[in-house]
Amino acid sequence: MNFLQYLINGVSIGAVYAIIALGYTMVYGIAKMLNFAHGDVIMVGAYISYCVTSYLGLPAVLGVLIAMAVCTLLGVLIEGLAYKPLRGTSSLAVLITAIGISYFLQNGAQLIWGSAPKNFASIVTFAPLKLFSGRLTITGEVIITILASILIMVALTLFTGKTRMGKAMRAVSEDRDAAQLMGINVNRTISMTFAIGSALAAIAGVLLCSAVPTLQPTTGSMPGIRAFTAAVFGGIGSIPGAMLGGILLGVIETFSKAYFSTQFSDAIVFLVLILVLLVKPAGLMGKAVQEKV
Amino acid sequence: MMKRFFDCVNRNRSAAMTYGLVIVFYIVMQTLASQRMLTRSVTGYLVPICVYIVLAVSLNLVVGISGELSLGHAGFMGVGAFAGIVAAACLRSFIPNDFLLLLAALVVGGILAGFAGLLIGIPVLRLRGDYLAIVTLAFGEILKNIVGNLYIGLDAKGLHFALNAEGIHMDPAGKMILSGALGATGIQKLSTFFMGFLLILFTLFVVLNLINSKEGRAIKAVRDNYIAAESVGINTTAFRMKAFVVSAFLAGMAGALYGLNYSAVAASKFGFTTSIDILVFVVLGGMGNILGSVISAAVLYVIPEAMRGLADYRMILYAVVLIVVMLCTWSPAVKNRIAMVTEKFTSKFRRKEAACHE
Repeated sequence: MNFLQYLINGVSIGAVYAIIALGYTMVYGIAKMLNFAHGDVIMVGAYISYCVTSYLGLPAVLGVLIAMAVCTLLGVLIEGLAYKPLRGTSSLAVLITAIGISYFLQNGAQLIWGSAPKNFASIVTFAPLKLFSGRLTITGEVIITILASILIMVALTLFTGKTRMGKAMRAVSEDRDAAQLMGINVNRTISMTFAIGSALAAIAGVLLCSAVPTLQPTTGSMPGIRAFTAAVFGGIGSIPGAMLGGILLGVIETFSKAYFSTQFSDAIVFLVLILVLLVKPAGLMGKAVQEKV
Repeated sequence: MMKRFFDCVNRNRSAAMTYGLVIVFYIVMQTLASQRMLTRSVTGYLVPICVYIVLAVSLNLVVGISGELSLGHAGFMGVGAFAGIVAAACLRSFIPNDFLLLLAALVVGGILAGFAGLLIGIPVLRLRGDYLAIVTLAFGEILKNIVGNLYIGLDAKGLHFALNAEGIHMDPAGKMILSGALGATGIQKLSTFFMGFLLILFTLFVVLNLINSKEGRAIKAVRDNYIAAESVGINTTAFRMKAFVVSAFLAGMAGALYGLNYSAVAASKFGFTTSIDILVFVVLGGMGNILGSVISAAVLYVIPEAMRGLADYRMILYAVVLIVVMLCTWSPAVKNRIAMVTEKFTSKFRRKEAACHE
């Protein structure tokens, strides 16, 4: 029974990682950049939702929606101001700029909201589900998180598979120049990717802080790195890979905390990542690209 | 023939400038310090500046010369720091001279970090590009995680290792050197600005000689075209490994110098954030440009420290400066705009000058 409990909790954490990892993987697939500021967009989303619900006293659903809107705007703004001028230059230059943005968001949040942790009220209000005469507890947060992630994954799969914009995104990630020649507006497609990724980050932020109720300016950085790992684990650039990688990472993390050691859970998670990359250098679902001279 | 000669002169000139700058910096600072013209806080920055210069130069060897994005450099620094602290505590009774003790600690820190670099390099260097970056990040976090959970005590019988506080069984007279997440406490400060200066010179000597040697040219060939280098018979993995291990060794020495400069050091210092800070020094100084790394490490370390008066605004300003500098130096659109503005300005100025002459 314990095993099942850990598995469910692991899948729930993994679902949050998966939602964040989607943002990393889509941006990487399309703009070929490591967006290190993504973790901090999560934090901004959580703060916005916190402000809307506790200062303005509006319902949680509205909090999530406003957070999504603000993060979408933020994502598009960051892309337009900082990443777009650097398109086509060294990937390292874009990486450092992303780190600059990350510093900016973290310290901006600290300036606005202070560094003291805020107590984030969970958006889920219904009571935990008790099964097998109370031996298995599934909290409302777990249910909502898993449902939300399934919904997002289905929606995203449909979006990239069926819609015009989604097809354009896949074309740009396959070959940017060829897509441009086919009349796809590459800049708009990339902005759209950032918008979707940032909106997902806002949802992830709210879900994350509902599960772990402390909110501070550095809240986003560690889950950000974990989710980035998950994206690489699943094969960066691949949307199903990010989902699989996120959930596997969450399960591995929970199991290693439960069965091996709490303090070394970080080391174990990263060790598994390294082992996977050694066997499959492009991640679980990534495509291996043959290099030519 | 002539071109080769000039190349040689040029290269030596840049190396000489690098050494010269470091020596002048040391003499000026040392003179100012001896005349008591520096405040306590400024003298406190001198050793960390040396540490960061060494870290930036050694990372430049991997990122700039070998062309591999490493995001775990601080992990080697951490290994070196804690190895150096433990070594200094153990060797204290054998080496009475502080300078020699510090030197021994630096060497131990460097060797252990170099060994960690070798172990990590074997799997890491099988990968390339962004995957290599994420694996170095992962290894950096693993090193931080392990170092942050290590308990080491010293008593008359020798060293005691454990992975939790209860695991250490010592004589009552024994002393804890490392205590897990709390890190090392009660360190006797040994680091001096002079040692930092010597370490910079040593690092420059190693790195500049490596770059301008046959090995260095092979490493650069691997960076520029992996497949072409392999096809002319360069053992790509061996050369990349050489750069990686040398870089880890130097980072370990810098770490030991850093660790022995404070009375307490926690493992959390040696995480992703510090690795990124060092990477920023390297990129802003110029990839593969050693002199640039030296200058940017010193300047970028001092700027946030000097802005302490601005309190909460300083890091946000630092972030803005970082973004603006990246845009101005890399973005073609922004560069064109700047060129246009300066052109307009200088032509106006010239016209005015011409008018004056008439």
